Amino acid sequence: MGNAVMHVVGRRLDVAAIRKDFPILERKVYGYPLVYLDNAATTQKPLAVLDAMDEYYRTINANVHRGVHYLSQQATEACEAARALVAGFLNARHVHEVIFTRGTTESINLVAASFGKKFLNAGDRVLVSAVEHHSNIVPWQMVCEERGAALSVIPVDENGELILDQLDQLLDGVKLVAFNYVSNSLGGINPVRQIIATAHRHGAPVLLDAAQAVQHLEVDVQELDVDFLAFSSHKIYGPTGIGVLYGKEEWLNKLPPYQGGGEMIKTVTFEKTTFNDLPFKFEAGTPDMAGMIGLGAAIRYIQELGLTNIHETELEVMQYALEVLKEIDGFRLVGAMDAHHRAGVISFLVGDIHPFDLGEVLDKQGIAVRTGHHCAQPVMDRYCIPGTVRASLAVYNTKSEMDRLAAGIKKAAKLLG
Amino acid sequence: MTIKEQQDEYIADFEFLEDWDQRYEYLIDLGKKLAPMDEKDKTEENIIKGCLSTVWLSAEYRNGKVCFSADSNTQIIKGVVSMFVHVFSGHSPQEILAAEVYFVEKIGLQSYLTSNRSNGLIAMLKQIKLYALAYQAKSLQQ
Repeated sequence: MGNAVMHVVGRRLDVAAIRKDFPILERKVYGYPLVYLDNAATTQKPLAVLDAMDEYYRTINANVHRGVHYLSQQATEACEAARALVAGFLNARHVHEVIFTRGTTESINLVAASFGKKFLNAGDRVLVSAVEHHSNIVPWQMVCEERGAALSVIPVDENGELILDQLDQLLDGVKLVAFNYVSNSLGGINPVRQIIATAHRHGAPVLLDAAQAVQHLEVDVQELDVDFLAFSSHKIYGPTGIGVLYGKEEWLNKLPPYQGGGEMIKTVTFEKTTFNDLPFKFEAGTPDMAGMIGLGAAIRYIQELGLTNIHETELEVMQYALEVLKEIDGFRLVGAMDAHHRAGVISFLVGDIHPFDLGEVLDKQGIAVRTGHHCAQPVMDRYCIPGTVRASLAVYNTKSEMDRLAAGIKKAAKLLG
Repeated sequence: MTIKEQQDEYIADFEFLEDWDQRYEYLIDLGKKLAPMDEKDKTEENIIKGCLSTVWLSAEYRNGKVCFSADSNTQIIKGVVSMFVHVFSGHSPQEILAAEVYFVEKIGLQSYLTSNRSNGLIAMLKQIKLYALAYQAKSLQQ
């Protein structure tokens, strides 16, 4: 197992040492050292995660919670230890407030389906924001249609900031508010505390999509007083296929189960099934054991580095990136200009160059960025653009990689200009 | 120039260019030189499905020959589209249907496009052949 704590020097992180924890970063692409700037889509995995999963399969693999045998008990302990790590990471009041899902999308679908079934009626409304990922729009649209409810939207201004002047009026008749902490397409940090407090004044619970937040900022669910929070493991250095839904105990107890199957039941007869307690009520079927353990290892890795240190380190690279990119002719940042108001993401356009063309030419130089609408078409419509180029940072990105990005863009602009 | 000759010319041009950036420059240049498509032909129906970039393709049948016109909202793809237009335009439906298409693979055009975009190449080729098929059927009826 890696010892990430060694990479912390005072409050600075030794990024060169951190990079050694990520074997994939040594790859060359088209003969160039890889510059991986698609971290908002998925981050790379440190050895600590790879080793933990390998170790799980090599030594304790067994189905959890049911077996009386030794391996099953060890696997159960390891998986439940991972749940406790997640609970600590989010500062949840109870470990059983952490539900494992397949990812942010499934977490949101779970709440939409279960909450909708019990609490949404004809004429009710669900409030989302204008900077949501499709996965925090579509599940609500689906359940609203089913229940005869409607979707309302918090608007966004030119700088990518949510307009909250009308929030009180918007909350009228709203049964639940769902929005993201950090926008995946623009990177803006939303005023979560203000929105949560206002929603609560109107009696509406809040679901926070923290998929782009938990890897960059400290998140404390009790301090935020948020009712539900979702994130994905693979965006915080953990394995794919697993994610988390945090829910306040009182809310999770009120919601009906999402899926039926093994694990989530207490007793089953053909006449009546009684459901298991939290968290198992929401975890039908055999869970992703290796995933839970991998996610646990990722969280331990992040905690050893320290989220405040991660944030400071990334902020410095982000500020540097914005400085060098601003010098490029025709460079246009989409969203907030100030690095302090954004986490992880730089969304931009250069002159009239189509984002696909720019992305293609960057790729040929070994620079991996995202191009397109980033699963947030309504955001792109708001700015009347077909999409952007998105460079997104992780803790292992360096200033010299930002120089490579800037040089790559200049080369592309020369070719495509 | 026959369909084969035009393909061979493109293959030779790409072989001559050694660096990836020179090849992109060539593609982008081909796109710039492509005859402009009539705006009224840039309709929803003329959009090739399967392209991540927007590509419009339309065809006309004149004196027994099929003439293609096309456009794209992205420069690199427009270069590729231009190659397709030049390879197939001005030939009879029979020639287009019988043609062996090898320049895409020989040049390795797929490697110049991310896989999502190279799927669009197949869609474009299919649409060209469908136009030829439709005009062949029409010519047989006359």
